[in-house]
Amino acid sequence: MNIDTIKNGYVIDHLKAGKAMEVYKLLNLETLDCQVAIITNAKSNKMGKKDIIKIDKVIHIDLDKLGFIDPNVTVNIVKNDKIEEKRKLSLPKKIINVATCKNPRCITSIEKDLDQIFILTDEEKKIYRCKYCEASLKD
Amino acid sequence: MKHLIDIKDLSVEEIDELMKVAKDIITNPKKYAHQCDGKILATLFFEPSTRTRLSFESAMLRLGGNVLGFSEASSSSVSKGESVSDTIRVVGNYSDIIVMRHPKEGSPLVASEKSKVPIINAGDGGHNHPTQTLTDLLTIKCEKGRLDNLTIGLCGDLKFGRTVHSLITAMSRYKKIKLVLISPQELNLPDYVKKEIIEKNHIEYVETNDIEEYMDQLDILYMTRVQKERFFNEADYIRLKDYYILNQEKLKHAKKDLCIMHPLPRVNEIATDVDEDQRACYFKQANYGKYIRMALILKMLGEKE
Repeated sequence: MNIDTIKNGYVIDHLKAGKAMEVYKLLNLETLDCQVAIITNAKSNKMGKKDIIKIDKVIHIDLDKLGFIDPNVTVNIVKNDKIEEKRKLSLPKKIINVATCKNPRCITSIEKDLDQIFILTDEEKKIYRCKYCEASLKD
Repeated sequence: MKHLIDIKDLSVEEIDELMKVAKDIITNPKKYAHQCDGKILATLFFEPSTRTRLSFESAMLRLGGNVLGFSEASSSSVSKGESVSDTIRVVGNYSDIIVMRHPKEGSPLVASEKSKVPIINAGDGGHNHPTQTLTDLLTIKCEKGRLDNLTIGLCGDLKFGRTVHSLITAMSRYKKIKLVLISPQELNLPDYVKKEIIEKNHIEYVETNDIEEYMDQLDILYMTRVQKERFFNEADYIRLKDYYILNQEKLKHAKKDLCIMHPLPRVNEIATDVDEDQRACYFKQANYGKYIRMALILKMLGEKE
């Protein structure tokens, strides 16, 4: 299977297999008018199989959102057909409007125009808590 | 200290300072009778809590200040659909300090982000109630003379009981604290409190559903009410509400200087035959609550002693 190389843009590599569509939606890639390639279940020596997304355009990518979905991702920045930078991601300390608090007693369920903010409280266990009610995102 | 939203907003030193002022108020009430002359405290109670509201109002009046506010959401503009942010921005024009209780968790934090005057959280759902914790700490300090080296039994609803969670958080900062967690299995302390507070701070603890098992070791027994409003299912509430009833019989092996506490209101969990026992501290606790709130109002308004 051949997929064109890109001239200027990004290769989001080492995505956990099956995560590509989630990332596609989260980064609003459906709104782009350039070539976007989604490769799922690509062979990987390290991971067995992985997903890859190629974007043939320089756009703003919210690395916090991406890091939240999969902190093991690598973002390759391509300029003039060459990888100029490989950026490793990590879990963001804070995420804004990426997830919604599920606690029905939380103020975010009724207050207008309030951002949904989650704070990383336990890096090891990847626990994010709502800034307002402190409910865990995982519960 | 601009706002008090969570007991963790206060350092151990700040808590010590508040307790020192509260004790001085107990000894010399006259000295403080006009400290807040001309100041206004607003009590915004989006859900009813007569006890906490009256405690704050009494505290402010005893400092010479004035109070205004509402005691339930139906008598405020919230019933017209106003947001917490808007209510706070308006009330900030009418008062120097705002005390707020709201059923939605995190609402005092939202308020503090919009307010130009200090906000005190007087309870947000099952989340935080820092002035109850300050009340509990002052009670322990005055009754036991220390905040460290204590074995504390916490009994009843440890799952939804925010006063218990906050007290554990506060006590975890002191040395040689042992906890005895007494609850039916359905109302056990949540795992995250055990892991993120108790175990993280290396606090010794045991769990039991038998109120008498460790009674002879306790310095403090903190009773709680099973709160109807925290249950989605009434059948569960009815099954669990009278699980523990403390009475003289259950106290027969308790220490002579045990301090029995309860955030009040009590329903059936402490029999009235305990009230006259010198170890019953829950009504004194309500009085300590007024003094620590006086100290807090003074500190937050930046008034000098």
